[in-house]
Amino acid sequence: MAKDGFETLKLVGTRPNRPDGLDKVTGRARYGADFSLPGMLWGAVVRSPHAHARIVKIDATKAEALDGVKAVITRADFPTGLTGEDWNLQENTMAGEKALYDGHAVAAVAATSKLLAEQAARLIEVTYEVLPHVIDVDAAMAEGAPVIRAGAADATVPEGLHPNVVRYMEFGRGDVDAGFAEADLVMERTYKTEATHQGYIEPHACVSKMGADGKGEMWVCTQGHWYIRKMSAAVLGIEASQLRVTPTEIGGGFGGKTTIFMEPLSLALSKKAGGRPVKIVMSRSEVLRATGPTASASMDVKIGMTKDGKITAARAEFRMQGGAFPGAPVDMALYCCFAGYKLANVHHVGYDVLANRPKCAAYRAPGSPNGAFAVESLVDEMCRKLGLDPVEVRLKNGVTTGDRASYGPKFGSIGLTEVLEAVKAHPQLQAPLGENQGRGFAVGYWFNHNGETSVSMAIGEDGTAQVSVGTPDIGGSRASIALMVAETLGIPYEDVGVNVVETGALGVNEPTHGSRATFASGKAAVEATQAAIKEMCRRAAAEWDIDDEAVEWVNGAAQPAGPNAGKFPPMSIKEIAGKMGQTGGPISGHHESVPDGVGASFGAHVVDLEVDPETGRVTILRYLVVQDAGRAIHPSYVEGQYQGGAAQGIGWALNEEYVYDDKGRLSNTVFLDYRVPVASDLPMIDTVIVEVPNPGHPFGVRGVGETGITPPLPAIANAIHDAVGVRMTHLPINPPKLLAALKAR
Amino acid sequence: MARITVHLWSGLRRLTDGDLESVEVDASTVGEALVAVAAQHPGLEPVLAAGVSVVIDGEVSTSRRQVIQPGSEVYLMQRLKGG
Amino acid sequence: MTKVHVTTTVNGDTVEFLADPRETLLDCLRDHMGLTGSKEGCGTGDCGACSVELDGTLVCSCLVLGVEAEGKTVSTIEGMANGSELHPLQRKFIEHAALQCGFCTPGILVAARKLLEVNPDPTEEETRYWLAGNLCRCTGYDKIIRAVLDAAAEMRQEVA
Repeated sequence: MAKDGFETLKLVGTRPNRPDGLDKVTGRARYGADFSLPGMLWGAVVRSPHAHARIVKIDATKAEALDGVKAVITRADFPTGLTGEDWNLQENTMAGEKALYDGHAVAAVAATSKLLAEQAARLIEVTYEVLPHVIDVDAAMAEGAPVIRAGAADATVPEGLHPNVVRYMEFGRGDVDAGFAEADLVMERTYKTEATHQGYIEPHACVSKMGADGKGEMWVCTQGHWYIRKMSAAVLGIEASQLRVTPTEIGGGFGGKTTIFMEPLSLALSKKAGGRPVKIVMSRSEVLRATGPTASASMDVKIGMTKDGKITAARAEFRMQGGAFPGAPVDMALYCCFAGYKLANVHHVGYDVLANRPKCAAYRAPGSPNGAFAVESLVDEMCRKLGLDPVEVRLKNGVTTGDRASYGPKFGSIGLTEVLEAVKAHPQLQAPLGENQGRGFAVGYWFNHNGETSVSMAIGEDGTAQVSVGTPDIGGSRASIALMVAETLGIPYEDVGVNVVETGALGVNEPTHGSRATFASGKAAVEATQAAIKEMCRRAAAEWDIDDEAVEWVNGAAQPAGPNAGKFPPMSIKEIAGKMGQTGGPISGHHESVPDGVGASFGAHVVDLEVDPETGRVTILRYLVVQDAGRAIHPSYVEGQYQGGAAQGIGWALNEEYVYDDKGRLSNTVFLDYRVPVASDLPMIDTVIVEVPNPGHPFGVRGVGETGITPPLPAIANAIHDAVGVRMTHLPINPPKLLAALKAR
Repeated sequence: MARITVHLWSGLRRLTDGDLESVEVDASTVGEALVAVAAQHPGLEPVLAAGVSVVIDGEVSTSRRQVIQPGSEVYLMQRLKGG
Repeated sequence: MTKVHVTTTVNGDTVEFLADPRETLLDCLRDHMGLTGSKEGCGTGDCGACSVELDGTLVCSCLVLGVEAEGKTVSTIEGMANGSELHPLQRKFIEHAALQCGFCTPGILVAARKLLEVNPDPTEEETRYWLAGNLCRCTGYDKIIRAVLDAAAEMRQEVA
């Protein structure tokens, strides 16, 4: 504690009530679907029932004849000539010549009630010519697979690959063949993970209006309203500056609410309906069929290890499909998969492949869980074969500050060693295990992200502070930002308000993604606060008639810096704020940047579980998350991120998957069938917050949101092997699959 | 202006003139380095235009105007973000 | 479709509204009465975000038709606090950081209140099974379960 310079902190590291807590426990907080406007219409979307089909004809005559139907739109209502990711977004928002997946939007309608809009949507007749489809990633890049879109590949793809391969990457260093030759044990395996959904409980919802003057307004549940503005404008061919987007409270996102789906449709419908506001709320099945699943992956990993556990070489070849558009996070999967290991010889190959599925969106550490499942499973298997302790092998090969990462550059300050030592010290490793019970361990990694950030703050007449941020609060970031600003100002936590403001009220902000809100908005908020403090010191200096530099800010007050500055009693923030109207006007601060100093976060999980040999059902008995937070600003919400990430990873490992029928239609489109973990599936999730402060943040913060979803996938597979001796290489490890493996044992 | 080595991910090598693992350019900022790389190797232009992360001494660059010190390690990586 | 006039009691107040017979109680609460605290997460009774009590029975309001509320009493999240005094569960949820996004919170609070009514001293396992019909994607349930058990302990002390 003493050496890191944070020993004087009064508020950072405490656990006050979150400022938005009252509204959220009383039902008063307004989420996407809770917003309405006078004269509002309801929108509904017509979706393709086919995985791949040419759209021959769309006939809306019957729908338009209904009393109360005010607008129908198809792709013909959108501008043409878009390129690159703008075209991808437009095509995903509304199908053009072809429907590319089950659930792809082909038309939309606005009417005077929700029921009427749904009825009208059913009356829109679409004639399809069904085309051959492909769902599986390996099948999609095999010879003879249906071509989803010719010419979609970018410049990186070598000749000779199937046209569904749209990006290719290859990188590494050293000589992997020489490295494998040095090893005592070389193993190679193929792993598969299925697509999952972020599974936020709040379906996408928005209200939009667009007047004849070309100006639009939107209220949306989103992780990033500047992204909604930019993307919606691009898709509709209007200037982003003509749109004003206000974020509502958001009911979970996990990456899936960083992009657009039906938001531009509501704008286009409003425009066509003469500017009346249009509300669209997705059903759960629309969410599952047409919004952000993850990529699915097929992965080959080869590792060489000496008898004493030193990894001599490693190779990964990952194939991932991210739906009918480029963008599967195969690059991230490759960067993260060996990130915990110091490797002289390493090689990575990646393929981004199209398939007839929805366009994948980001999901918590996109790509990293897939890659970790493959690599951490194989490392575990090799440790067992060589009779080595899996934690010691990670320590032996583990990266430390200044080491070169497997993906190229050198690491800044990282805390993997501290995390592994904390795992070793934890009592769970000594808990006895019974019959059919096993323990699994794995490591995970995420880079974390900075991104464009703007924050402003203003001092109130009563000496309180109001902070305006552009990163929606998904998991308590208002509380953590208020703590940092209050700490910096030296005033009570309750005296700081944090508001998530609309696009018209601040400069550009990237979404709350990449585990960046507390890091980036927090850092910018501290900078903005420092600017306000400087001005308050200046006001005090003027009053005392001494130099500005002779004033310092201590405990919420300006005071002369040292005995030579003059003898004046401290001037409190309340005093300065109370008369700021007479001393030069309002006092505020703002900061805009892409903050540097991002700190990466390593984590390690330990799971104890039991396999029911009769049914193949897995019960989680104990679960431990250890992760480096840099510094936990509000420890409860850091723990919450760890626990939530673990729960999502457990779901991915054991149950969740996109199931398609032979026609390429999604079979599990409700929560009963797409089964996320429920309360009775889980035990308490134990957490250890390791704090290796990030030197790039004024309070040492590292992003904490994403790393935690990564280790559960391999940790659970490793624990199942420990329990019953079978090695599961294809997720999810659901009861039928595990029972079959047990029978084949 | 200093001589700087820009490391490429090896999938980009084919797009350089001569299958290069890294490119030597004269530049003092990130922006200058990217312009110089594209000028020397036009095949890389579309990839750079689509967006890459520039990593300098282990940290993702936050600005095209960021100064690159002589002797700094410069890597191009696929654009990083997150969920 | 011809609308039906419905008279019901919501959180102690008599209310009247016109319901399309196809509309769910959840739709009526949200769209006709402006009570948007109850949430729709699935519309199929799987997520519990729309949990309310109907004549004292815990139901998913997305599985009940609005016209079925005729002559009955409905209690929603909006009626859980006693004026400005929060229910112990509401207070404990804030104190334990048992919510992240907060979207599932109203349904979980309504369901947990019913649990403590029928079982003032639930075990962790009983609490987990009672709340198994209320999905939360953010928290991993840990802090939710702790908050419910802590609220139960406090409420038992108040009674004693």
